[in-house]
Amino acid sequence: MNFLTRLRRFPFWAWFWFILGALYFILPLYATFSFSLSWDPADPFKAYERSFGDSRFWNSFLYSNMLALATILASIILVVPTAYWIRLRLPQARRIVEFLTLMPFVVPAIILVFGMIRIYSTPFTIPFTDIVLMQPLTNFRAGTNILIVAGYMVLSMPYMYRSVDTGMRTVDIRTLTEAAQSLGANWFTIITRVILPNIRSALLSGALLTFAIVVGEVVLASFLGVSAFGPYLFLLGQHRAYEPAALSFVSFLLTWLAMGLIQLVSGGQGQAAGAH
Amino acid sequence: MTTHLALENVSKNFGDFVAVRDFNLEVERGEFVSFLGPSGCGKTTTLRMIAGFEMPSTGKITINGNDITNNPPNQRNVGMVFQSYALFPNMTVAQNIGFGLRVRKEKEADIKDRVNEMLATIHMENKANSYPYQLSGGQMQRVALARALAIRPEVLLLDEPLSALDAKIRVSLRAEIRSIQQKLGITAIYVTHDQEEALSLSDRIVVMNVGEMEQVGSPFEVYNFPTTRFVANFVGSLNTAEAEIVDPGKGILNMDGIQLLSSNVLKDKSKGDKVTIAIRPERLSFLAEGKKENVFDGKVENITFLGSVVRVEVTIGTRKFKMDTFNRPSLNLPNIGDAIKATCSDKAVLILKD
Ligand SMILES: Nc1ncnc2c1ncn2[C@@H]1O[C@H](COP(=O)(O)OP(=O)(O)OP(=O)(O)O)[C@@H](O)[C@H]1O
Ligand SMILES: [Mg+2]
Repeated sequence: MNFLTRLRRFPFWAWFWFILGALYFILPLYATFSFSLSWDPADPFKAYERSFGDSRFWNSFLYSNMLALATILASIILVVPTAYWIRLRLPQARRIVEFLTLMPFVVPAIILVFGMIRIYSTPFTIPFTDIVLMQPLTNFRAGTNILIVAGYMVLSMPYMYRSVDTGMRTVDIRTLTEAAQSLGANWFTIITRVILPNIRSALLSGALLTFAIVVGEVVLASFLGVSAFGPYLFLLGQHRAYEPAALSFVSFLLTWLAMGLIQLVSGGQGQAAGAH
Repeated sequence: MTTHLALENVSKNFGDFVAVRDFNLEVERGEFVSFLGPSGCGKTTTLRMIAGFEMPSTGKITINGNDITNNPPNQRNVGMVFQSYALFPNMTVAQNIGFGLRVRKEKEADIKDRVNEMLATIHMENKANSYPYQLSGGQMQRVALARALAIRPEVLLLDEPLSALDAKIRVSLRAEIRSIQQKLGITAIYVTHDQEEALSLSDRIVVMNVGEMEQVGSPFEVYNFPTTRFVANFVGSLNTAEAEIVDPGKGILNMDGIQLLSSNVLKDKSKGDKVTIAIRPERLSFLAEGKKENVFDGKVENITFLGSVVRVEVTIGTRKFKMDTFNRPSLNLPNIGDAIKATCSDKAVLILKD
């Protein structure tokens, strides 16, 4: 009897769909992993040893991580005040901004990068003169880095903006702002001390999606000619069989590890902040 | 006493819509003033103009004689308590209370002292390290009050701070708000649509209707001597009727053939003018013996027990009147359908402006 009622309560279909969904993600991952181990039966981790032994891997991987961090920071600085201001003062503009943030889904990255190259490969001059203010951004390293981070900000905009905007919907931004104002806070204090801490989990998910996009991105990186992780993996994939599988698996693990770490670090307080 | 906060000819338009019209008020230091009125009458808008969240379309707001009309909210030193508490969810109770002081860059030790002092004031010393989500509604609102008071504001503004709480807490917290306000001697403006709250808390009440001030006065004045039909109906429950003036000098009126005597001013009126009279239910009584004036023949229609009060509805002439009597064991109530005599003093017959 007891067993039967328990069986009846067991949400069979819920579990069925959950497991089906999980398999959809896990199977390819497992296949990649198992393939990466099959290079040399005597030394299953040969693909990993080779990959990690390659300094180009480390350089490109670190570089991509730096790009990801820069993109995340710049996006937060751009998106948080924008989304905040729109919620607070310009709710009419929300549809327009939401539409704009969707542009990366409509306009492919290849068009973005060609546009950038076209515009920024000519020097900046004072209009109607030949006096050069700055060399073309594509001609020097820092300039290219600025370009690529700007490009990544565009690509990750839909995710960043939407996460932040959703995060702001769950707390009463307007009243919290007014409370802080009446206590004497200025805009900078309100954004850094009241708004940011209360949308931390939203920021986190936006940041992680941005991270995932940037680290695996190929088109912008290869056309702007930087040695990022995406193009490296792509090249490797054309010449080798096992190492790319190993690296895909590793980068996937690293992403998850980063996610777990950030959750752990911000977890306790994030929970308190998010509770309603 | 000196004027602390003043609003002079303050109006607020939203496009073509006039939310507040010609608001004039002088509040003394330490005074507790309530804005009372139905939903949408402009109470919150007026309060938000004092706080600086809305700019008046016309008029001027001063604190201690200084014009603050164009100051941003964070430079007014005005404390605000919201209906929805608006505690910062990411901060503890102590951090919430200390926020305004930290913004002012006061010394950490001073902040700590002040926070402890405020925690003691609201009797929540043991909750200093709790987060808002761990508190009850009443506790959250007390923290919000402490947070607003911690900065030693010039004026404390409260916008329906109790309306999200249940009835018992509402009554106890309103007494607490009043006693803290009196102890600190702080000037307070309290917005409410609950007449009982306004009557029990305030030094003065501003009754508002569709963006305009209807009457300003002490709870006693507003309740006993409403000057307009709106105030009479909104504050307490009132019997109103049309009457014609028979003799303005002697205060004699005629209500559908029944003679009434009123001691209230009829100076600016003349014989034959139509006026609205009002009589509070509790000022009508059955004890008509030996009285000659204001004795009315009536018939009992309905009897309702309201706890400490019994409400008897009677028909006098063609009109229904409510009569309230204190409920006591010796009370000799009539039955429904009985013919009775009702009476009231000439002071109880109020003449209303429309
Ligand atoms: N930002 C705004 N834009 C347009 N109209 C507004 C705005 N704020 C308030 N109003 C209007 O002004 C009028 C007064 O609003 P207010 O919030 O002051 O009313 P209230 O007396 O506080 O009512 P309640 O008791 O319901 O809170 C309402 O009709 C409201 O619709
Ligand atoms: Mg209101």
